[in-house]
Amino acid sequence: MTDIQKLYLLVPLAPLAGAILAGLFGKTIGRTAAHIVTILGVAIAFVASIYIWQDVSAGNTFEGSLYTWANAGTLRFEVGFLIDKLTVMMMLVVTFVSLMVHVYTIGYMHDDPGYQRFFSYISLFTFSMLMLVMSNNFLQLFFGWEAVGLVSYLLIGFWYTRPTAIYANLKAFLVNRVGDFGFLLGIGLIAASAGSLNYFEVFSKIPELSGYSIELFSGAPWALLSVVCICLFIGAMGKSAQVPLHVWLPDSMEGPTPISALIHAATMVTAGIFMVTRMSPLFEMSEAARSFVLVIGATTALFMGFLGIIQNDIKRVVAYSTLSQLGYMTVALGVSAYSAAVFHLMTHAFFKALLFLAAGSVIIGMHHDQDIRNMGGLWKRMPITWFTSLIGSLALIGFPFFSGFFSKDAIIEAVQLSHTPGAGYAYLCVIAGVFVTAFYSFRMYFLVFHGKERFNSNHHAGHGHDDEHGHHGPLEPHESPWVVWLPLVLLAIPSVVIGYMTIDPMLFKGWFGESVVIAEHNNVLGEMAHEFHSAAAMALHGFTSLPFFLAIAGIVVAWFFYLVKPEIPAAIRKAFGPLYTLLDNKYYFDRFNEIVFAGGARLLGRGLWKGGDQAVIDGVLVNGSARLIGGIAKLTRLIQTGHIYQYAFSIIIGVVILLWFWVRRA
Amino acid sequence: MTGVPYLSLAIWIPIVGGLLTLASGSDRNAPVARLIALVFALAGLFVALPLYSGFDTTSAAMQFVERSPWIDRFAIEYYLGVDGISMPFILLNSFITVIVVIAGWVVIEKKVAQYMAAFLIMSGLLNGIFSALDGILFYVFFESSLIPLYLIIGIWGGANRVYAALKFFLYTLLGSLLMLVAFLWLFLEAGASFDILQWHQLRIDMTAQSWIFFALLASFAVKVPMWPVHTWLPDAHVEAPTGGSVVLAAIALKLGAYGFLRFTLPIVPDAAHNFAPLMIALSLIAVVYIGFVALVQADMKKLVAYSSISHMGFVTLGFFMFNAIGVEGALVQMISHGFVSGAMFLCIGVLYDRMHSRQIADYGGVVNTMPKFAAFFMLFAMANAGLPATSGFVGEFMVILGAVQFNFWVAFLAAITLILGAAYTLWMYKRVVFGEVANEHVAALKDINGREFFFLAILAICVLAMGLFPKPITDVMHASVNQLLQHVAVGKL
Repeated sequence: MTDIQKLYLLVPLAPLAGAILAGLFGKTIGRTAAHIVTILGVAIAFVASIYIWQDVSAGNTFEGSLYTWANAGTLRFEVGFLIDKLTVMMMLVVTFVSLMVHVYTIGYMHDDPGYQRFFSYISLFTFSMLMLVMSNNFLQLFFGWEAVGLVSYLLIGFWYTRPTAIYANLKAFLVNRVGDFGFLLGIGLIAASAGSLNYFEVFSKIPELSGYSIELFSGAPWALLSVVCICLFIGAMGKSAQVPLHVWLPDSMEGPTPISALIHAATMVTAGIFMVTRMSPLFEMSEAARSFVLVIGATTALFMGFLGIIQNDIKRVVAYSTLSQLGYMTVALGVSAYSAAVFHLMTHAFFKALLFLAAGSVIIGMHHDQDIRNMGGLWKRMPITWFTSLIGSLALIGFPFFSGFFSKDAIIEAVQLSHTPGAGYAYLCVIAGVFVTAFYSFRMYFLVFHGKERFNSNHHAGHGHDDEHGHHGPLEPHESPWVVWLPLVLLAIPSVVIGYMTIDPMLFKGWFGESVVIAEHNNVLGEMAHEFHSAAAMALHGFTSLPFFLAIAGIVVAWFFYLVKPEIPAAIRKAFGPLYTLLDNKYYFDRFNEIVFAGGARLLGRGLWKGGDQAVIDGVLVNGSARLIGGIAKLTRLIQTGHIYQYAFSIIIGVVILLWFWVRRA
Repeated sequence: MTGVPYLSLAIWIPIVGGLLTLASGSDRNAPVARLIALVFALAGLFVALPLYSGFDTTSAAMQFVERSPWIDRFAIEYYLGVDGISMPFILLNSFITVIVVIAGWVVIEKKVAQYMAAFLIMSGLLNGIFSALDGILFYVFFESSLIPLYLIIGIWGGANRVYAALKFFLYTLLGSLLMLVAFLWLFLEAGASFDILQWHQLRIDMTAQSWIFFALLASFAVKVPMWPVHTWLPDAHVEAPTGGSVVLAAIALKLGAYGFLRFTLPIVPDAAHNFAPLMIALSLIAVVYIGFVALVQADMKKLVAYSSISHMGFVTLGFFMFNAIGVEGALVQMISHGFVSGAMFLCIGVLYDRMHSRQIADYGGVVNTMPKFAAFFMLFAMANAGLPATSGFVGEFMVILGAVQFNFWVAFLAAITLILGAAYTLWMYKRVVFGEVANEHVAALKDINGREFFFLAILAICVLAMGLFPKPITDVMHASVNQLLQHVAVGKL
């Protein structure tokens, strides 16, 4: 093993070591040591990732296996790494955001009895996510995929005494399992048709595979690769929370805020986007699959944005905005703009982690009240949180020169140029989504940081408590300690500059190289490259484009509604009652799943158990045959009376009958 | 080959140990009985280890063969040997015996010597089943292994133990008698030989193959158990003491599945092919139907029992698709299920010992008082749900891959277990472990002690090791599985 290969190994193993130390020996080593070992582990991973990034940039990619997991039949399952530019970018994002979240957690979880456990979990998550992105084969991808799901389950239910938290984590796991169901079938189809689970071996067989078809319903052969891609994408729909498998993500906000930032915004939920990008050679072979991806993504982008408008829980607003942004990324995948999807993944990771952590800082300041209606005017009390939130919000709505502008504008433009079926619908969704995004983002921003201070004026009715300890006396929010605000500042920097710095190489200069494959006729990014001159020019041009005006309109409307004339929203809500009810019930997805799937499964289970097992099999067959034998025995027992005269009489009757037969024969 | 009769040792050391334990007498000598049992269980495991280390993975032939005449008049032999299919189960059984002895250490207070003896004797008999190559020898071991388990359920079981024990006994006995008839027919057909390997080579016409297939099915399907002859299992599990449930789930359920590989497939391959659609359908019913039934169970043991049936459905599914990955996946699933279901029953036992209830509704918030236990239980629950990096994933994954090769819709139905398995296991976990402390009994719970920690930790290591690196196990099976599949593919008509 060469030195650089040892370094590859170090990246996931350092956080794993931290997780094991803090998890198994947390009580022994104490709180401080627990956060030191885990932060050290992640920091090592981050520094090593920077080194590997430079190495990969110099052209040294790697693909190879670590060990053979198992041999079965003709298949060989391996654990190994594929280190290329796509991987290394993900490694940097994951380790950097994770490091920030680790530091932030020192402040956020300061009073929590589960301090060590929490650090152990987030380091374990970092390990799992790194194994996922560094994999060179589908098996390990699936390992990482499920492992991040496990840690997400553990972290959503971190406060395990709360009914809502343990409901949400079960829901998250099961909905993800529905996605994994499709994912596993997709992997199975690949293994069965390509005879390997190694990415490169599978990709090398594409010319052959593209000729295959599969007859799922007799008489209707489908292209094999379309079925494969749709199955894989169903997995991505679960993990990256696309409609209709999005229902778990808003509820996942029951978990502590640092993990909402790390897992449910910046990294884990983008695993699906990463996976599809990794599989771009497969997806390029199937327009049907891409069209499916596009429509799902566009629907998520717009309709989940609408839900963000009516939320009053600060974390839930950010959660719906995450759903909507994941929709944007998915749309980019659908139009073959994989680089744009990953680019938006990266910028989003920074600004969304920032927004979540800032929300957490507000929650600390508000003593764990999460209702934005109870906030207001916090800008002068929490200046750093305020300013970084403003940066995050501007990046989110795609204000020119901020990182989100470059990535989101690239996606919108790519959709406009695309010919994938459904692109017209998708364009409407993403362009309308710009207004919606700006509106809900600045609704939250204005309600939290500007206007009158509402936290001591009215009593908090039905506020979402984040912990058990209540507070007494007037609330005096103040800026959070440095371990909390420092990560905000460190995340704010890339939220501003990363787009400007990297758009040219990532989108137009083919920085991803071989990692991303695009068929010539789908190459919308290539078309855009002709128009592109410089990042600055693009940003300046952005000031005169439609998305900019829509974003400004969103801000102005939010300002007018929530700062100038706060009575308007209430009037609108009254005027559009049914629409509000629809949104308030989140389009009834939860209700539907609750009744049809959860209720249906229980009903079916009870029916099969009581009806099938107990009534028919046990009642009729098993105990029935026992009763039958018992019944016959009871009858025959009547004859065995033990009275000698009855037996003698029976003998006489027998003899008479025999005689009669004998006489007749004679 | 050094000539040490490891198989005989693996069979007779536990049996002799069991008899010695019995000899220790009344409960006044309970500590002695426990000690003898532990020493012999460990010795049994120790003599089984060379079976793995000395195993030639390149060969599909029987290894560690011992052969001598037993009853000359009927050509019955004392004929033992293992291949890559049977060897892992001897190790698993010897290992589980040690765990069961430790798990019953102080929990069993009445008739200690008899309890320990029953487990040791059963362990020896089970090893006999996996290594017998003579039909009658197999039958004797197969039937006599019922007796200790019958006694374990009937004596140390719960309130309704007599019904459960009798149901278990009659159900399985009925099937085995038909198997005996088939064996006698094969004996005559083979020219007066009970040599199982010779039976493999017999040419049999289709009608006879079908008869034999169903005679064997009657025995093996009950043992697996396959739907619809599964209803004895939940009752047996619910009434059995913890150790009984562990052995029942970990080893006894494997006998039927093993029988399919040792008898049905090689002896009547054409009938097996012919009736494969039926077997696959029954397996899928087990996976899906039983998965739904498990979801609504209110009794933890019943829930895990139903989940066992569902997992065993994967095993029979893997066998009857006749592809290597399916069969190997099924074998891996059998071993993994040994660890995972054993561990699940032990976890429930840990709770039952403290609360004397198996009802989910009596629990809630156990994590608050038993955090260490909750961590172990979580690991095993996840393994039961088939999470990657646990052993539970490996077999399911391989069988699903095999199923996709076979037919997409079969795979589709089988993969539903991904959702159902997680649903019933984690929903139970949520109701038992998470939440506020539900009542004063839960509030009074004490976390696991050193002994409990020890056996749960060992099983946890097994579950994780097998999930992270199953190659040592799959490598053992290759040669035998490939030979079996080639043999089955040729046919005998």
